[in-house]
Amino acid sequence: MPSDNAKTLSQKKVPLWRQPAVRSITFQVLLVLCIVAFGNFLLSNTLQNMEQRGITTGFAFLSNEAGFGILQSLIEYDETHTYGRTFLVGLLNTLLVAVLGIFFATFLGFFIGVARLSHNWLVARLATAFIEIFRNIPLLLQIMFWYFAVLRPLPSPRQSLNVGDAVFLNNRGLFVPRPVAEDGFSLTVVAFFAAIVVMFFIARWARHRQDATGQQFPTVSVGLALIVGLPSLVFLFSGSPLHWDNPVLGGFNFSGGLEVIPELAALTLALSIYTAAFIAEAVRSGIQSVSHGQTEAAYALGLRPRVTLKLVIIPQAMRVIIPQLTSQYLNLVKNSSLATAIGYPDLVNVFAGTTLNQTGQAVEVIAMTMGVYLMISLVISMFMNWYNKRKQLVER
Amino acid sequence: MKINAIIGLGAVAMFAAVAHAGPTLDAVKKKGFVQCGVSTGLPGFSVADDTGTYTGIDVDMCRAVAAAIFGDAGKVKYSPLTAKERFTALQSGEIDMLPRNTTWTYTRDTSLGLNFTGVNYYDGQGFLVNKNLGVKSALEMSGASFCIQAGTTTELNLADYFRSNKMQYTPITFDTSDQTIKAFEAGRCDALTSDQSQLYALRIKLADPQSAMVLPEVISKEPLGPVVRQGDDEWFNIVKWSLFAMVNAEELGVTSANVDEMKATTTDPNVRRLLGIEGVKGSWMGLPDEWGYNIVKQVGNYGEAFERNVGKGSPLGISRGLNALWSKGGLQYAPPVR
Repeated sequence: MPSDNAKTLSQKKVPLWRQPAVRSITFQVLLVLCIVAFGNFLLSNTLQNMEQRGITTGFAFLSNEAGFGILQSLIEYDETHTYGRTFLVGLLNTLLVAVLGIFFATFLGFFIGVARLSHNWLVARLATAFIEIFRNIPLLLQIMFWYFAVLRPLPSPRQSLNVGDAVFLNNRGLFVPRPVAEDGFSLTVVAFFAAIVVMFFIARWARHRQDATGQQFPTVSVGLALIVGLPSLVFLFSGSPLHWDNPVLGGFNFSGGLEVIPELAALTLALSIYTAAFIAEAVRSGIQSVSHGQTEAAYALGLRPRVTLKLVIIPQAMRVIIPQLTSQYLNLVKNSSLATAIGYPDLVNVFAGTTLNQTGQAVEVIAMTMGVYLMISLVISMFMNWYNKRKQLVER
Repeated sequence: MKINAIIGLGAVAMFAAVAHAGPTLDAVKKKGFVQCGVSTGLPGFSVADDTGTYTGIDVDMCRAVAAAIFGDAGKVKYSPLTAKERFTALQSGEIDMLPRNTTWTYTRDTSLGLNFTGVNYYDGQGFLVNKNLGVKSALEMSGASFCIQAGTTTELNLADYFRSNKMQYTPITFDTSDQTIKAFEAGRCDALTSDQSQLYALRIKLADPQSAMVLPEVISKEPLGPVVRQGDDEWFNIVKWSLFAMVNAEELGVTSANVDEMKATTTDPNVRRLLGIEGVKGSWMGLPDEWGYNIVKQVGNYGEAFERNVGKGSPLGISRGLNALWSKGGLQYAPPVR
């Protein structure tokens, strides 16, 4: 009888190896152990081989004196600092070009992507030409092109193009005056951040008001006025505590002032344009993924095309755009390592190039460099995934 | 993320683990050629022409070793390497020897697991500037910018020189020497600094070589020589004595033109030992007895190799200077073959 069968079935003990859950866990544990053992083998094999050959191992070299100079450093550096310091200098240079590149690539990419879909025939064709050209030429060639395109037409330092006595442009870089903050300047900085905070609150209040009464508030203009106006007022009232350090030509080059080296300009230009071409296509795919019914409904409601784009289409398109954007940002960061071709002192050039060759410790240096790029990429993709989650459509 | 890091490290490690465990000579004999690490294109030292044939005094070192082992100087394959990769390629076993205008220094000799087998070119670091800068000495160059090849002793020497003379400078580092000369030509830097032999070689690549001049200052010692891995003394001896054979041959007046005649008729015991006719045995190094004869016949003696590649018979036109024989006031001195 069925009930008897059911009772025997449930009472009969199922052997451990027949239970799917147990099998699954066992195999997973075994696999993890295998991977760990393999990793351990590789590590110990490497260390053993290196010792056999008399190659120094370990990270002690990071505290040795570097002995070489670096073209551009965002922190204090000279040749008496350590190799660990060169790592930081290279890292900051990479981050600088990555941030600038991401910033410009995004704006340019969005602009070109939307232009590609324009109803104006010429604009659309120009955008297509831009995308096709810059997507299909290898990045290294583009970097070298921009480097020599930037360098060649510029004059030597003794014949610089100048704006008054303050701004100089020559083939060693763009020299602008450096602001040197005096005592009262911190007040202005505080005012600046205070203005930003106030703007957030105003934006929030304006949104609530619009939800409640439907009245729009010019948040952007008011916010901009506040961010520019408040610190300026504070600055003037505290007696303008700022003087400019002008670049001065001495002997061969300029000293003083801020310098934007041509390597940075060329690299940022090349990376931004190259990545913008890809981002443009991502944006186009995002916009085209939004159902045409949305556009028609928006027009039927009387919204003009630009407002429709801003309020209806782009927010929905972001779902499709953001994952592709993440990939492009990661590509940009990694492509910045091509800086060695033009002498920009990024992480690969300074650390995995010069330091590696001076110390000979290839394994440690490359491992560190790879680890850093991995960290940067993971941080970017983590942030983009968080942003993506926020932007996802919540189905009712 | 940790797995990724370990796998990444492992991938690099595998590169190191695939090296030859046994003696290099056995492996070279088995493959039938010498794998030689050279530069990516430095006229006079190691450069490929448009048919892919390599020439240069560093190339001649490899050819000498191949001639000694196989009796055929052509049994060499070349790996062009940048300054950054050269030591890793040698350490990992990718190449058998590295004659690549590499400076012999304490750090490289001790901490990298490598040995220098001798000096095939005594050099020093100098500066190349544009004539219309109006500079006559390196001491006038405070605040100038310099194009340098990354990962070389050049960077360190420049830093030391300017620090000890209390001057400022700006370094612009590139991967290959080609990029440095291009940037110098484009006006990115005021001066190019490198070993003096390299400066003469790179100057040829300018559109107008006479527009640039080499400043008189030599700011460092740069003894350039071939490098091999530590731990294989037999191979170390072979590469070392290949160079010594060439220097001894010049000292004794044996050239590639007269070596056959010398072999047949000479009674000078030094020459007879060098050419393997009597006295010493090539088998002490694992080589045939005619190893010295083969080297001189196929590659020439040191003087011939020098003049052909960097001296009067070449576009560089560098004089022997420090590289003359010890008996002529230079530094080339080889222990006797006996």
